[in-house]
Amino acid sequence: MSTRLASGGSVIDRETTVSFTFNGKTFKGYKGDTLAAALLANGQTLVGRSFKYHRPRGIMASGAEEPNALVNMGVGNRFEPNQRTTTTEVFEGLTATSQNHWPSLEFDVGAINNKVPRLLPAGFYYKTFMKPQWAWKHLFEPIIRHSAGLGNAPKEADADRYEYFYAYVDVLIVGGGMAGLAAALEAGASGAKVLLMEQTANLGGRLAVDEAIIDGKPSADWIAQTIADLDAMENVTIRTRTMGSGVFDHGYAMGYERINDHAPDDTAPRHRLWRIRARRIVTATGALERPLSFAGNDIPGVMLASAVRDYASLFGVSAGDRTVVVTNNDDAYRTAIQMKNAGLEVPVILDARPQADGALPTAARALGIRVDTGKAIAKVKGYKFVTGVEICSQAGEGTSLETIPCDVVAMSGGWSPVVHLWSHCGGKLNWDEANAMFSPDPIRPPLGSDGKGFVLTAGTASGELATAAALRNARTVGRQAADEAGFASLTVNLESLVLAHDEEPMLPVWSMPAGAPYKLRSKSWLDFQNDVKVSDVRLAAQEGYESVEHTKRYTTLGMATDQGKLSNINGLAILADSLNAPIPNVGTTTFRPPYTPISLGSIAGEARGKLFKPTRKSPIDTWQDANNAVWEPVADWRRPYTYRRDGETTAQAVTREIDNTRTGVSVLDASTLGKILVKGPDAAKFLDLIYTNMMSSLKVGKCRYGLMCTENGFLFDDGVVARLSEDEFLCHTTSGGSDNVHGWMEEWLQTEWWDFEVYTTNVTEQFAQIAVVGPNARKVLEKLGGMDVSSETLPFMGFTDGTLAGIQARPFRISFSGELSYEIAVPAAQGQAFWNKVMEAGEEFGIMPYGTEALHVMRAEKGFIMIGDETDGTVIPQDLKLGWAVSKKKTDFIGKRAMERDFLKRDDRKQLVGLLTENPADVLPDGAHAVEGGKNRYGQENMIGHVTSTYFSPTLNHSIAMALIKGGSKRMGEVLTFPIGDNKTIKATVVDPVFYDKEGERQNV
Amino acid sequence: MSNAISILNGATFDGAVKITEAGLRGMITLRGDLSSVQLKSAVSAVVGLGIPTQRKINRGPKGGVAWMSPDELLLLVDYDNADAIVAEITTAMAGEHHMAVNVSDARAVFLIEGQGAREVLAKGAPVDLSTDAFRVGDLRRSRIGQLAAAFWMTEDDHFELVCFRSVGAFMFDWLSNAAREGSVPKYF
Repeated sequence: MSTRLASGGSVIDRETTVSFTFNGKTFKGYKGDTLAAALLANGQTLVGRSFKYHRPRGIMASGAEEPNALVNMGVGNRFEPNQRTTTTEVFEGLTATSQNHWPSLEFDVGAINNKVPRLLPAGFYYKTFMKPQWAWKHLFEPIIRHSAGLGNAPKEADADRYEYFYAYVDVLIVGGGMAGLAAALEAGASGAKVLLMEQTANLGGRLAVDEAIIDGKPSADWIAQTIADLDAMENVTIRTRTMGSGVFDHGYAMGYERINDHAPDDTAPRHRLWRIRARRIVTATGALERPLSFAGNDIPGVMLASAVRDYASLFGVSAGDRTVVVTNNDDAYRTAIQMKNAGLEVPVILDARPQADGALPTAARALGIRVDTGKAIAKVKGYKFVTGVEICSQAGEGTSLETIPCDVVAMSGGWSPVVHLWSHCGGKLNWDEANAMFSPDPIRPPLGSDGKGFVLTAGTASGELATAAALRNARTVGRQAADEAGFASLTVNLESLVLAHDEEPMLPVWSMPAGAPYKLRSKSWLDFQNDVKVSDVRLAAQEGYESVEHTKRYTTLGMATDQGKLSNINGLAILADSLNAPIPNVGTTTFRPPYTPISLGSIAGEARGKLFKPTRKSPIDTWQDANNAVWEPVADWRRPYTYRRDGETTAQAVTREIDNTRTGVSVLDASTLGKILVKGPDAAKFLDLIYTNMMSSLKVGKCRYGLMCTENGFLFDDGVVARLSEDEFLCHTTSGGSDNVHGWMEEWLQTEWWDFEVYTTNVTEQFAQIAVVGPNARKVLEKLGGMDVSSETLPFMGFTDGTLAGIQARPFRISFSGELSYEIAVPAAQGQAFWNKVMEAGEEFGIMPYGTEALHVMRAEKGFIMIGDETDGTVIPQDLKLGWAVSKKKTDFIGKRAMERDFLKRDDRKQLVGLLTENPADVLPDGAHAVEGGKNRYGQENMIGHVTSTYFSPTLNHSIAMALIKGGSKRMGEVLTFPIGDNKTIKATVVDPVFYDKEGERQNV
Repeated sequence: MSNAISILNGATFDGAVKITEAGLRGMITLRGDLSSVQLKSAVSAVVGLGIPTQRKINRGPKGGVAWMSPDELLLLVDYDNADAIVAEITTAMAGEHHMAVNVSDARAVFLIEGQGAREVLAKGAPVDLSTDAFRVGDLRRSRIGQLAAAFWMTEDDHFELVCFRSVGAFMFDWLSNAAREGSVPKYF
């Protein structure tokens, strides 16, 4: 049984006990423990169930590669599934529960899947699609949905907060092991700005466990000294608990800092996503040990050999009392030696190689450990925990030679450099035959904008597995990175004196034993998290899968949350073997960021709650909010849809506002309208090109409605242009269009008409714009006082500058309602003050504010189009009866040539019409389609167009609508049919879209 | 101008870093040929400063002048005199193509002050704000989170930031959140 050892544990603080719960049971751990270490220290070796077969699963690894030991963490608003116990630090009050079982971890009904694995072979999911047809929906899907999966989905909003941080460095080093530290030291010495990120809480990496003497210092001393040297460099920063999780183009890297996962509190953000620009990125990401594929290699107690010694060395935890080591290399002997030295039993080391006479095997034998070469595990005995192993010859088919009782199997299939970050942005790999692993190819790095490599690898991540070679490589690369970042290094000596055990060559072992029959292969796991076995990959190959990418998706190998950190190489070796192809020809699957899953919260950053998305607010916003505005989003603005009074429905409020505007006077906040100032000797010429109609002929002091089209002739924005002086115009745009139109103007000026002398500035927010609208509008302005607002001095489509009520004001005589209307621009900071004066002056005339819906209804009554309602990017001005605003005199304007295309000149295009419903009370649904009888070749009704705006007009006491109808302008008087669902139809007569005051007398008074 | 109010009326937030809505500031967008002698003398006449180089701001007792783009400056002037200064520039620039426009009311201005101010901004702006890269007189026209913004450093750990008025309240909330106690990354 696993337990805490009396001594050892370089990263734990035995003075500080923390208590936590697992499945409701309270356990004790020490500060510095990972949850996995603390669970093992408490004898909890069974920690979860597998994805597909619900097999019992234990802790296999000691780091980010852990496939099995995932738990639900926390409760309520801090609940999070699939948390890796091997990278989770324990803290006081931590609560964790195991995943993927029912009713309990100890007794799981789903484990029946384990008894019938032949029903769930590779690709079973896809096979369920085939036949019979009904079975997918009614049989397989519900069963699979119920049984598959890992943790639970959180049910409450996340209580924590998150943020981003932008950093710029010369050299970014990912990994704080020996190589990362050494590379940082070299790069730092050159004066380069260095950031080193280490995903765990501790620096030193494997060197902290696997002893070596470097320049006369034992590992721990060398690590401490190096950290001290780095701390002394002002240009070097070390961030622990920060994972380098992705590398992107142009030296961009992503770091994932877990600020207080180890000590939750409400002050600091939980995670911080670092977005880093680095001149050079050094990945000192080490290597991961590979499992071996033997029957029962997923039973709790079967662990990576390195993990077994990590737990002992770092946390003072023994994984068990009797450890059988099974290996194809020398490194795993370190585990045996360490266990033995800790006073635990190592009944046997099973070495698949025919010989093992290197320094480490010799040392193991000297300790009296039995070493069996050419031997393998036939199968592991046990179900919820290991009880022993059956030994066989590696060369054979698994005939049991001997059964050896044990509670831990420490396996090692060799090591694979962590090449993920190197590969994210296109770094290429070489197959290293001797070590049976893929290593970065330094001459094919990911390339930056200068055509040079911007990622370098250091140490074991370079494929240098021996300590001395790894250190030499790391120092060289650290210096090279700084050099390439523009910092020449001064140090001369790159050699360290390293004393470490030499290792003899490993032997690639992909199947154990070599001739394992189906019975053993179907219990030999490759992907522990997704339950993919050797037999599944062989089946995929048999069924014709050759590409590793296809096989991955068919079998789900490497598709779990661990992304195949342990399974990929073994899986593709099996595939290569099945296909009789060399491993490098089969290739790897694609490495994609992030390296391990990162929280969704960190990706969202601070953008949640009230910071989710900016809302633009007008200068009158506070008043509106206090006066019962019913808000609606208009592009990024919020605008009052209506102002509801006590006892009113929203619709009643809109009707009241319309009636009051048509009969008295009302006020509208039009501040959101875009306002772009265009100035220069060529301003008129420029606007003649931007607008479809003539602007150069506009007189100073006058306004003109204008249309803007794209190069394709389609209408995209409209508004009133005012000529302020000979060379200066103010262009109003739609509320949502101001930024786009400004950008559009600048683009034409900067890329096509760069010889024009024109400047533009977006002054949208400089002004509050307040429309005083209705027959009594002039009376209100007269009462405000300060300027002559008579029709003689300030006629329709004119404007003037002056003061109103003592505030600098520019009233425009423009109308979107058809009523007498003044839109008054005042400085935004005085917008509220002016609004107050208008309300005060208008009180005796019954003034009231109106919102966007009243505005919409009134403009529809007048047949005025609305960009986005009557236009959808496929509509030209002529479709909307706006041909009068398309100049025939101008030699050019944007969209002119496009409008000459024959399909834009066809007279059966969808054209704007007005609609009056047969029943005045029936309001057509927005978007309703008109049909003309008959069916098309798909059996659908023939449609001839759709409703673009539809309202009940209180002014006319009749429902009105606008629609785009095929050949509409020739259909006057026709009655159209609109099916509206439930076998109901509404009939409406085609009329002129101007419903009210066709002559425009009301606005021109 | 007693009627004129800034977006948040001088609201403040005291966290790890102090955030202050700075009230109304006079601001003039000046577009023109930045190498022109006429423009240089017009700028010098109104703020007593030379034209800043790329991504810099010049400040003095009469105001400031900030580089905004290869053909655009932002003049920082007295709020009440902004219109008069626009008129002065227009007169001084007579005969030369340019644009001078009062944009004071289109903006909200914030002060970000205290140790950690750099890091508050670096949570939202893709800008190198480290001590050796960003110094007094440096300016960036960039973004803060999702908002367009320009900011510059007036003295060490003291920044001024401008954004559009309509998003002033959002900006204040954003900065206050980023400046909360216990959240400074302590990287710079």
